Amino acid sequence: MAGTAALAARLRARLGDAAVLTDRAQLRTYECDGLAHYKVTPAVVVLPRTTADVAAAVRACQDAGVPFVARGSGTGLSGGALPHAEGVLIVLSQMRTIHAVDPGDQRAVLDPGVINLQVSKAAAPHGYYYAPDPSSQQICSIGGNVAENSGGAHCLKYGFTTNHVTGLELVTPDGDVVRLGGRAPDAPGYDLLGAFVGSEGTLGVATEVTVRLTRAPETVRTLLAAFPSTDEAGGAVSAIIGAGVVPAAIEMMDALAIEAAEAAVQCGYPEGAGAVLVVELDGPAPEVEAQFTEVERHCHDNAAFEIRIAADEAQRALFWKGRKSAFAAVGRISPDYIVQDGVIPRTALPEVLRRIAELSGDTGVRVANVFHAGDGNLHPLVLFDDAVPGQAEAAEKVSGAILDLCIEHGGSITGEHGVGMDKAKFMPRMFTDDDLDTMQMLRCAFDPQRLSNPGKVFPTPRLCGERPGRHKGPHPLQQAGLAEVF
Amino acid sequence: MPARGNSATKQSQPGDAVLDALHKVCDTARAATGADTVAGVPARYVAAPTSTEQAAELLGAAAQHDLAVVARGAGTKLDWGQPPTRLDLVVDTTALTGVVDHAAGDLVCVVRAGTPVSELQDRLAGADQQLALDSPLPGATIGGTVAVSTSGPRRLLYGTMRDLLIGITFVRADGVVAKSGGHVVKNVAGYDFGKLLTGSYGTLGLITEVVVRLHPLPAARRVVTVRTSDAAAAFTAAAAVTASQLVPAAVELDQEGTDPGTVTALLEGIENGVDGRARAAGELLRAYGQVEVTTDLPDGFADLPFEPGGTGLKVTSSMTGVADVLTTARALSERTRLRVRGSAAGVLHVGVPAGTDPARVADVVTRLRGTASASGGSVTVHTAPPDVRAAVDVWGPVPGLDLMRRLKDELDPGHRLSPGRFVGGI
Repeated sequence: MAGTAALAARLRARLGDAAVLTDRAQLRTYECDGLAHYKVTPAVVVLPRTTADVAAAVRACQDAGVPFVARGSGTGLSGGALPHAEGVLIVLSQMRTIHAVDPGDQRAVLDPGVINLQVSKAAAPHGYYYAPDPSSQQICSIGGNVAENSGGAHCLKYGFTTNHVTGLELVTPDGDVVRLGGRAPDAPGYDLLGAFVGSEGTLGVATEVTVRLTRAPETVRTLLAAFPSTDEAGGAVSAIIGAGVVPAAIEMMDALAIEAAEAAVQCGYPEGAGAVLVVELDGPAPEVEAQFTEVERHCHDNAAFEIRIAADEAQRALFWKGRKSAFAAVGRISPDYIVQDGVIPRTALPEVLRRIAELSGDTGVRVANVFHAGDGNLHPLVLFDDAVPGQAEAAEKVSGAILDLCIEHGGSITGEHGVGMDKAKFMPRMFTDDDLDTMQMLRCAFDPQRLSNPGKVFPTPRLCGERPGRHKGPHPLQQAGLAEVF
Repeated sequence: MPARGNSATKQSQPGDAVLDALHKVCDTARAATGADTVAGVPARYVAAPTSTEQAAELLGAAAQHDLAVVARGAGTKLDWGQPPTRLDLVVDTTALTGVVDHAAGDLVCVVRAGTPVSELQDRLAGADQQLALDSPLPGATIGGTVAVSTSGPRRLLYGTMRDLLIGITFVRADGVVAKSGGHVVKNVAGYDFGKLLTGSYGTLGLITEVVVRLHPLPAARRVVTVRTSDAAAAFTAAAAVTASQLVPAAVELDQEGTDPGTVTALLEGIENGVDGRARAAGELLRAYGQVEVTTDLPDGFADLPFEPGGTGLKVTSSMTGVADVLTTARALSERTRLRVRGSAAGVLHVGVPAGTDPARVADVVTRLRGTASASGGSVTVHTAPPDVRAAVDVWGPVPGLDLMRRLKDELDPGHRLSPGRFVGGI
């Protein structure tokens, strides 16, 4: 650990004592992100205040050959911000300045630690908001959103983080400060900005983010429809989309998820529902009214037995409360649970839900389903009791089998939570060795020493400069990382 | 690696071993003719693979023989960027065509690179769907559209190719097939090579197949046009509609020389919706000049204002920076009549007349670049006659160039794919 002590001393000299933590008790605050069953205590935590601080920290890591991991609010659900045991954790939560909110340019310029919801709050007086709305938006940071290409319920209509970031300042793994894009669109050259968003911290650290602001809609209408089962609810979703309606959001919850939400937040969803849909339309008033009538009709046609229309903002908030609290609410009906994140083509929804139910029936592992039905993004919640021997393993197996179902139906192993530490092992099921080797080429262009968030996303990264195919087995760094995890 | 000259002596001969090798993996391989030049640079061979697998074998053979390769679709943008510094093989993608899968219920389409965008749109229209992207160049293929990332008026609402592309299959310089993304709209697994290849001018790989997200075709549209009384009014009028809650699909600005400008707002939706929105837009715009509402798009709505033999520029800026670009263009038009068209989103295309003295064109580019960069924008020279191309900086300053070079070195270490065509000589 002599190396670490020297590195910490260098960081203290540059960033100040208060910005560098090495005390074991303090370090443990940062041992996990939102995926709390992976825990690694970092060797050093730094709390930079400026881009120059971040660059200095990264350069120090580079000189010492020590890995670093960037972390925002630590809400990620794939272990993307899991620290490295011998590494430096760069915590961006001290960088929380909103530099500009400019309605004329429809842009905001933000520090990476700015909380997602604060952007919409700052833009609201001008009649604008920031569209990507992950469920954790009250606490998650913009920098984390950039790393994960975060989605949210309203991404169906408005797109993901990648569609809303127009500029970045980043510190490369070499410690250089580079600006990509800005307020203007279509910067010349490769779309490195597009590649950086969603790269899960493996290409450097974002230190300033320019985002697109979206004009607030004239009208928002929200309905809650209750169905006998997920089959009918899925039918309604297909009918709505098939009719050419693009709602701002269509969310589905099944009976078990509803039960959990009721227990936790008393959202008062219709009794006896096998599934509920929350459908939201927004835009110019005449369009929204006409399409709202159409949505109601498709719900009726697909056997909805109760439809509630939000009369005001309070009621709308109540509809959403059940949905947005669903993950945490599951804690009320199960001591432990796995939040899965997979994607299927929307039309495969009824089939995949039936298969998940079979899987659950066969194994006795309960699965609650909550999802962004409009874009086929499933969030099955796999329930278990860690105190009962064998249950965690059984849940893990069911959770993995659900991902296999997604791949089998032409979908993806992650729609918005990221690959991180958790799903690296599933990457070869979705991509060929050649695909993964090609992705490594981008990694090597940015980070030849592979010090930026190593061990995430890719199961077996090849050494940079090595030609594809020669490298066999996990990289030593990754092995070290894994050894700390389990 | 030293650049090799391109001269007539390089033309292939009968019994050419390289041609034989290409022919072995792709039976359409042939010797190039004078019609196969790329931006004035002659090629030695042409081959038109019919599948990703065949394209992979072809690029594998090209790698073995150290051939410089340029992909060609319909050839609508073949002279954009810089001429290749060397050229051996033109990969013609026009046999790599067809819709592989149109999953209408999922609003997703898988299409081969050589498919003309118009053909794709016709097919999708049968299901009341569309790729929500304008094609400024008739005949362009989807592969070329991705490689150069052209866009049009509706980018204001729908974004550009990068936003609509959800999956891509391409062949690397070494002949290896790679893909990223997938067949679902929401997907964050792995790096997004679709974004890297979009607008890469063929320098990172040969695009063979793309997956795009679709949108429903709107049932109705209205076009609201105002001919503004003076220069400043055009920008203010455009900004007013853009900032409204009317959700315009496009807000276009037209300015010809020193004439007052025209603003065109496109409203898409349902019949009884667009009527009300068109009225509201009319109210907003009345203050700036005579308003006209129609149901048809004006002729050449998505066309670029470039004239044959002239110079065509793309000028980007922040949304408020558009005002300054218009002002600079108008000032320059006192001497050289510039045609300006583009989106209030901050992308204007500028046409400089044919026959303009190259030094003057260079001056126009420099002046516009100065204005654009003040709001973080840029100027790219798309089309230009050779003497102008030699006199101007085609790409201008490119932030992040070092990383771009490193990426190129990783994917194409021999610099054989469209060498020299892209930024910084990539």
